[in-house]
Amino acid sequence: MPVEELKRLQYRLLKTLVYRLYSFSDFYHARMREANVHPDDIRTLDDVTRLPFMYKHDLRDNYPDHLFTATQDELVRYHVSSGTTGKPTVVGYTANDLENWTASLARSLTACGLGRGDVMQVSYGYGLFTGGLGMHYGAERIGATVLPSSTGNTERQIELMQDLHVTAIACTPSYLVHIGETAERMGVSIKDDTDLRIGVLGAEPWSEAMRTMLQDSLGIRVYDIYGTSELSGPMFTECTEQNGIHIWGDLAYPEIIDPETGESLPAGEKGELVMTVLKKEALPMIRYRVGDVTVLDDEPCACGRTAPRIMRIQGRVDDMLIVRGINVFPSQVEHTLMEIPEVVGSAFQIVVDRKGALDSMLVRVEMSPEAFSDKITDLMQMKAKVAHTLKSSLNVAAQVELMAPGALPRFEGKAQRVIDRRVY
Amino acid sequence: MAEKKYLIKQVSIFSENKPGRLAAIAHALEEAGVNILAFSIAEANGFGVVRALVNKPDLAHKTLTDLGFMVSFTDVIAVAMRDEPGGLFEIARILGEAGINIEYSYAYSGKDGAVLILRVDQVEEGVEKILAAGGALLDVSLFQ
Repeated sequence: MPVEELKRLQYRLLKTLVYRLYSFSDFYHARMREANVHPDDIRTLDDVTRLPFMYKHDLRDNYPDHLFTATQDELVRYHVSSGTTGKPTVVGYTANDLENWTASLARSLTACGLGRGDVMQVSYGYGLFTGGLGMHYGAERIGATVLPSSTGNTERQIELMQDLHVTAIACTPSYLVHIGETAERMGVSIKDDTDLRIGVLGAEPWSEAMRTMLQDSLGIRVYDIYGTSELSGPMFTECTEQNGIHIWGDLAYPEIIDPETGESLPAGEKGELVMTVLKKEALPMIRYRVGDVTVLDDEPCACGRTAPRIMRIQGRVDDMLIVRGINVFPSQVEHTLMEIPEVVGSAFQIVVDRKGALDSMLVRVEMSPEAFSDKITDLMQMKAKVAHTLKSSLNVAAQVELMAPGALPRFEGKAQRVIDRRVY
Repeated sequence: MAEKKYLIKQVSIFSENKPGRLAAIAHALEEAGVNILAFSIAEANGFGVVRALVNKPDLAHKTLTDLGFMVSFTDVIAVAMRDEPGGLFEIARILGEAGINIEYSYAYSGKDGAVLILRVDQVEEGVEKILAAGGALLDVSLFQ
């Protein structure tokens, strides 16, 4: 679609969305009143910047479904985020929401060169996580044959990959590394003994170096995919140019802002991604601050598509870590440690490493002087208790190292609590 | 309470498991003029506990605490042991029969023969039983 035509379409969709939400959503009505903006003030696409932001905490504060603008009758599905920073967030879908999500992915997978005749192994988790089902329906829509293998049981996944002539796999980059290593142990060469040719990888940060490594070692092409549960799930991918993730303009309007000031930044500048999903019915998203740091590129892509692209995600504006696909916030670690009297909750350090394909997380904690016992068994029990409490609060296993009080660095400014030694 | 004089203040020091920690502890005690009489290290995955009987426990505690070490006192008893086969058995049997659990122990060769340092779960009862069975306990004044 020519850029001018796309912009007219985006404006029309935005205007409709804003009118609808001003009229029917208590939340957006109040937000717009606060920001002193009325739907009539939106006269061009650029006026989007007059609209207030929506934050992750808005979803949490309105748990589970107070922001929904669809009735129970209209909802056809729920997905729920992992809830690592407190309450999970619930996303509801109407039939149209699922349709738009599926359509978005269908286009994305087509852009990766997939279609009828392909066999796609979906090795993202199925269930509350959006990856598995999202990819499943997207792949079916383009006429591919879907193998819903979900995660785990890697050897069987490799056998099925061979037996059913799988040509594409959707999973996390670290899981694909693990598959490659497992195949090697089994004496299977992904390059020579399978028909695999494409990987659609996401749900955790990864790098160009990782892409090169995977492509060379497995003999396939791998593409980056982007999405978050708030936007529906995985929605956008790169095209065969492998030069940025296309954001389908009739479905979403991306902006890049300065995370400190909230000011819009021009294309080419690095900042926080803000997304407006133009057709969401059940849980509308206007100017949602995703928190991912990236760069927008609105130059036409060599593939011919006019949809703007976002470059590889370069980090987070908050201090979120992704460990084994799970979001981990140092603030959550702190909160958890504060509840354990045997340790000094305000002093801790998180060390993340990658051993083989798997992330490992170590949390260094200082024990409180009162809790010190010179019996090793007592100390081991304390360590186990901290590890167990962290595991149940973060949903990801953590090794714990006990330190003497005062042994960890203190900070005057912003604390540097994370040592991320992973090499992607 | 007669048993009191047999309770010896052991200094326990937490130490992260990395090179130079023991040297730092030993150096600090040397500087403070504290003599280490008996000593052991218990190690676990990632950390260790240094346990020592010293001639000046309060000074050792203060010196090490000031340096940022985590230090605590624990009451232990020191049993004179026959320095020949069966010496350890004698003591262990007395405590075992009395239902007293040994939490940890270490031995050293004292001036007048072998000495077993014990931390037991019921310290006063332990003292009583050992004395009643004819065992010899070292008096705290011999150390501190």
